Amino acid sequence: MSCVSLTRTARRLLGICGSAWLAAGLSGCSYALMDPHGPIGRQEKLILIDSTVIMLAIVIPVIIATLVFAWWYRAGNAKAVRHLDWDYSGRIEFIVWAIPALVILFLGGIAWISSHDLDPPRPLQANTAPLDVDVVALDWKWLFIYPDAGVASVNKLVLPVGTPVRFHMTSAGVMNSFFIPQLGSQLYTMAGMDTRLNLLVDDPGTYRGLSAQFSGDGFSDMTFDVNAMPKADFEQWLDGTRTGGGTLDAASYEMLTHPSEREAPHTYGTVSPGIYDAIVAHPGLAPSAAQIEHFESAD
Amino acid sequence: MLGKLTWAAIPFDQPIPLVSSIVMVCGILAILAFITFKGWWPYLWNEWIKSTDHKRIGVMYMILGLVMLVRGFADAIMMRGQLALAQGGNPGFLPPEHYDQIFSAHGTIMIFFVAMPFVIGLMNFAVPLQLGVRDVAFPVLNSVSFWLTASGVLLVNLSLFIGEFARTGWLAYPPLSELKFSPGVGVDYYLWSLQISGLGTLLAGINFTTTILKMRTTGMSYMRMPIFCWTALASNLLIVAAFPILTATFAMLLLDRYCGFHFFTADMGGNAMMYINLIWCWGHPEVYILILPCFGIFSEVISTFSSKPLFGYHSMVVATMAICILSFIVWLHHFFTMGAGADVNGFFGIATMIIAVPTGVKVFNWLFTMYGGSVRFTVPVYWTIGFMVTFVFGGLTGVLLAVPPADFVLHNSLFLIAHFHNVIIGGVVFGVLAGYTFWFPKAFGFTLDETLGKAIFWCWFIGFYLAFFPLYALGAMGATRRMQHYADPAWQPYMLVAFGGAVLIFIGIGLIAVQLIWSIRTRDRRRDVTGDPWDGRTLEWGTASPPPPWNYAVEPHVHGIDAFWAVKHKGKELHKVSESRYEAEHKPHYETIHMPKSSPVGFISAFFAVCLGFGLIWHIWWLVIFAIVACIGVLLWHAWNTDRDMNITATELEEFDRQHPGLGAQL
Repeated sequence: MSCVSLTRTARRLLGICGSAWLAAGLSGCSYALMDPHGPIGRQEKLILIDSTVIMLAIVIPVIIATLVFAWWYRAGNAKAVRHLDWDYSGRIEFIVWAIPALVILFLGGIAWISSHDLDPPRPLQANTAPLDVDVVALDWKWLFIYPDAGVASVNKLVLPVGTPVRFHMTSAGVMNSFFIPQLGSQLYTMAGMDTRLNLLVDDPGTYRGLSAQFSGDGFSDMTFDVNAMPKADFEQWLDGTRTGGGTLDAASYEMLTHPSEREAPHTYGTVSPGIYDAIVAHPGLAPSAAQIEHFESAD
Repeated sequence: MLGKLTWAAIPFDQPIPLVSSIVMVCGILAILAFITFKGWWPYLWNEWIKSTDHKRIGVMYMILGLVMLVRGFADAIMMRGQLALAQGGNPGFLPPEHYDQIFSAHGTIMIFFVAMPFVIGLMNFAVPLQLGVRDVAFPVLNSVSFWLTASGVLLVNLSLFIGEFARTGWLAYPPLSELKFSPGVGVDYYLWSLQISGLGTLLAGINFTTTILKMRTTGMSYMRMPIFCWTALASNLLIVAAFPILTATFAMLLLDRYCGFHFFTADMGGNAMMYINLIWCWGHPEVYILILPCFGIFSEVISTFSSKPLFGYHSMVVATMAICILSFIVWLHHFFTMGAGADVNGFFGIATMIIAVPTGVKVFNWLFTMYGGSVRFTVPVYWTIGFMVTFVFGGLTGVLLAVPPADFVLHNSLFLIAHFHNVIIGGVVFGVLAGYTFWFPKAFGFTLDETLGKAIFWCWFIGFYLAFFPLYALGAMGATRRMQHYADPAWQPYMLVAFGGAVLIFIGIGLIAVQLIWSIRTRDRRRDVTGDPWDGRTLEWGTASPPPPWNYAVEPHVHGIDAFWAVKHKGKELHKVSESRYEAEHKPHYETIHMPKSSPVGFISAFFAVCLGFGLIWHIWWLVIFAIVACIGVLLWHAWNTDRDMNITATELEEFDRQHPGLGAQL
């Protein structure tokens, strides 16, 4: 999170002016949404700034006009010309309907196009093959399963830089929202549902991940670190995890479904294949070994 | 015998709720003792509790709203205090299980028991007067509506010291609010208090829709109605259409919780997303139920104090009704992040933005109402200009949140919190306080103190910006809502500023009480003897302040919008020609009128509704059966009671008008 180039700082400042005037004097570096590290977050930042600036172009003149009109036409102003019966002008009516309509036409276009471009399940274009990660939100911790590597991690998400990541997400019970502010889009995790989100991280580093949907008493600590590392390091991490022991199966998953707070990050070297599908298929319950096996054979 | 209720329900181990409930109970007992000591009970019972007079019911709604504002604000300042402290390893002073109840109670109370009573109270007071009628369509039902709302208030406050309140957020999303994840009575308190008060609100909506559609005075066609009545009509149509959805949704959640159904559970095929869709099908219209009447108040204020007719009245009516309809097709923007797909998100995003068009038109029309006017800077005008400046920011951030990908990063963040407080404080609260100051002299016959009124405005105005603009910034930093503590030290300065803003708003609330007491004490030098302290335009300013129970001795005849203004100015001209001829031509013809008698039905049925709710919450089944039987009994008694009307003779009417000379009689 370095404030390197002048243009970046300038854009950042613009963004702050747009969304938080009070803070304009302070460092922009802690503004997660203004400091994205992936293509999704970058496009969303652009939308935030552009839409804000477009609307400010209307809002600021309206505020100034309100204050000027009110002050100039104050009862005590002898210079003001009064028209005390004037209550209609077709031309002005036309303009006051047209101005907001045109702005909304323009912003509506942005909304429609960007909804499609940035639809969470939409695959990202990249040269490398995407990585699949299955996410399960539990009370009050995150389970990340890497189905291809056959490993899993709790409360720590490790990602390779420059590789598109396809998240499949569900919840063990209560609804949560999976959100890494510096990478972009959040998405709900819901029991019995399999929501899909595509993200990509550009730069190595540690980013904050969290649940953005209140889920009970342990909610505030339902955060996780995202460690983004070069591809080679990521492969090394997978190997290390695989040899690190631990098995994610019906029994150990059932243990995870018990509520816990601030659980220290830990990993599983092996994962029962089909466990994620079984969790989705049996919402609100911990699937049995036989149920997991059913999905393993389905794979 | 007492169901789930045991001594464990009393929070002996938690100092904050225990102390606050003791203070509250002592306060209530002190007030009751004072009333008994002064011997005011017969007066209160006959003139207020049993009253079916829409003006008194309106005043009681306002008192209820003010009292609950204090309660809701106490929650707010505790939350801001907690977040000002709880950075890094500091746990703050509120553990999660308590903090979660506080933010849930804050939202529930502020929307259902502060904003709703305020808005319904002002409609109750002003709409029949503006329509030129003597009461609402169903006066006893109006009393029932009020007392059912009060029942909900009582249940919510009981949860403070008997049991607990919901820890699920103000909309109680399942599966979190299901029995499995919320086994306590908190969610039951939430559901039953809102079911009971929601019934009251629905009945009020039916009452006002009927009143506005069927009971306007002679000559008042739809396009001659004051704009506040139009916005009230839109708001009540929304109540009638939206509140049954809320009741049905809560009923399904109750079936899940009480009877083992699986509408919204995580397991057994329940679908929590259905609840979220349904609750927002009510929830989005709800915000327009609150804001539309406030738009009406601002319109009345800006026109009255600019001494000009409202600019573009027809446009305003069209814009109001457009918002009324559009508000039903935007609910999904509350959960773009559910993953519904690009077409669905795009549609609801655009539909949401379209609402900004009629809203923008309104702002421009207020602007042009001031143009060429003679603006008197009274307190209601302060609120209106403060609103126009503040609300456009809320509109801006609202449209921003309507862009689905922008919402993907701002959803559920403190940016969202800042947005809806921006529109609810900047719109609804400012509007209600403008209306309160505007109509206060009509209700009580004397004006509120101007200097203190302006001090209240500045406290709220600056306090709002300090309390919520840092939250916009925090949202951009990735701070999410409902967190009880946080790690990032960079957030703390913003949290401290926000706390400072809350303190300023606290001073503003305190000054409301000071202003009220001071104005009452100095009422003799601020009397409104004309009935028209602001040089008003609509009918209500043509009757005495306070108006007699019958509002108008003779039914007013209306020949255009701003009916009173027209009569006033025509009257002045006629006076100039010949005073005696004017008197002769405008001698009102008094006739005996029927007025509804006051009735205890509202209060008694609401009392049993509290018993019903309490019994259901604690599974005290004998109490439930008793309360149901008693409620039915009250209704049957009322149905067979034929002694409901009283006559007011022509002499009485004439005598009152003679004592209160104004232009009213010439309407």
